[in-house]
Amino acid sequence: MQPDIFQLRQRQSALFFVLLSGLTYGAILLTNYDVVQGLTAIPRAFVWATANFIPDDEAWQRLPRILDKLRETVLMAISSATVASALGLAVALLGATTTRPHPWFSPPARAIASVFRNIDVSAWALILLFSFGQSAITGYFALFFVTFGFIVRVMIETIDEIGTESVEALRATGAGYLAIITQSVIPACLPQLISWVLYMIETNIRSATLVGILTGTGIGFSFDLYYKSLNYSSASLVVLVIVVAVLLIEALSNAIRRAVL
Amino acid sequence: MALLQVEALTKRYGGETLALDNITFDVEPGEFVGIIGPSGAGKSTLLRCVNRLVDISSGDVRFDGVSVPTLRGAALRRQRTRIGMIFQHYNLVNRLSVIENVLHGRLGYKGTIQGILGLYTEEEKRDAARIIESLGLSEQMYKRCDQLSGGQKQRVGIARALVQQPKMLLCDEPIASLDPNAAKIIMDTLSDINRTTGITILVNLHQVDVALRYARRIIGINRGRLVYDGEPERLSNEQIYQIYGSEAGDLILDLRERYAA
Ligand SMILES: Nc1ncnc2c1ncn2[C@@H]1O[C@H](COP(=O)(O)OP(=O)(O)O)[C@@H](O)[C@H]1O
Ligand SMILES: [Mg+2]
Repeated sequence: MQPDIFQLRQRQSALFFVLLSGLTYGAILLTNYDVVQGLTAIPRAFVWATANFIPDDEAWQRLPRILDKLRETVLMAISSATVASALGLAVALLGATTTRPHPWFSPPARAIASVFRNIDVSAWALILLFSFGQSAITGYFALFFVTFGFIVRVMIETIDEIGTESVEALRATGAGYLAIITQSVIPACLPQLISWVLYMIETNIRSATLVGILTGTGIGFSFDLYYKSLNYSSASLVVLVIVVAVLLIEALSNAIRRAVL
Repeated sequence: MALLQVEALTKRYGGETLALDNITFDVEPGEFVGIIGPSGAGKSTLLRCVNRLVDISSGDVRFDGVSVPTLRGAALRRQRTRIGMIFQHYNLVNRLSVIENVLHGRLGYKGTIQGILGLYTEEEKRDAARIIESLGLSEQMYKRCDQLSGGQKQRVGIARALVQQPKMLLCDEPIASLDPNAAKIIMDTLSDINRTTGITILVNLHQVDVALRYARRIIGINRGRLVYDGEPERLSNEQIYQIYGSEAGDLILDLRERYAA
């Protein structure tokens, strides 16, 4: 019995490897992709980047303006993450098995979460461009929707994992529904909630840059502007600022996580 | 008059599982009843039908003259405040302190706003502190529950039930996760409470020997049926066989060793 299982495993992995190789080769043929040229281009790209992507004096003078745009982007990321999380938590409470008012609430809550989360943030931005045009609102809602979907999903899981037992105990004491939520479910899930909100703030700051390129707002717009006007040194400063900002936010949220967990 | 009257109680989960099959018994005020039976027999379900954590399929449960099966909303909550419940896994909010968990036992008496905000009166806090002290946890009062041992957590669970000022305690396998020492402390505590305050106690136990030592009445359940109801002294080996089925052999051997020692 045992050797058979191992043989089966081996055959499965071999089959998987062959399939993967076949798919890769097929794709290379279909797209006329030159593997050698593709790989040798990587060092050249680095050389080009190091030659052109260096902030010069002129770029540094633009720093205040870039930082202003960065602030706009960071604030948008934070406000969309926090407001969407609050709404997401409410929907998660309605959808989680432990806290739902009625079993009928779960499928729609999960479906909504799935729709909002599985449409990518750039796709949301493109869809919303039709409604709101190139404005901060478009970016805000694109980030908002993705965060909302994500928080609903992870908080449903967290609530069902952590909250079930104490909810049962509080129900047995005769506590009301809302008191059970505020006195037991939220305190029990708070560290995870904070951790996920921080994660979404980090994610949103990265996405906000991309969304900004599409919607013409924030630091993404600055980058787009400099890049398209071939002002590579200023564009590089924008990239540098974004990287520093993301690292700072990450360090900050890690510190907060350590404090609350 | 009997405090608890269970009449032809039947509980089905879904279509097939018949968890309780036509159970009838009365409990007088001040009794200490041990409910024994193999796992899956329906012990937990029986306790949960009494405080309506699960809905009753048919039959009647009357507690203190009030019929439980049809209770809803505020009336159900009021009924639950008078019945404390203790769980195998303690069901505390681990991140909160001992006193906060104990005060959860008062939530059943709160209006919506007070409950949501967790507003407790000075008297309630004094009462909670007194109960915590009486259970030997004064040093742990402000510690988080995740820093406590299993036995201490279970005492917090008992304290939470006692601040409800209940007429009856339902204990669902309160010692199943504890080492023998901690288990003895918990059973002694329950016994004390029963003797000094007259609170009626129903305790589910997997272990016959513990039930025989502490309970003054034994109810035996097998596959949802009541197969024994009487004094522990009169429980014969045959009846233990009937209750535990094939598991009984080891149990009886255990008991003999105990009595021999
Ligand atoms: N929530 C539930 N849904 C479906 N079946 C359940 C549920 N809870 C218990 N059961 C079933 O009911 C029977 C009795 O379970 P339970 O009351 O937990 O027994 P015990 O506490 O004696 O171990 C078991 O067959 C169990 O599988
Ligand atoms: Mg059980």
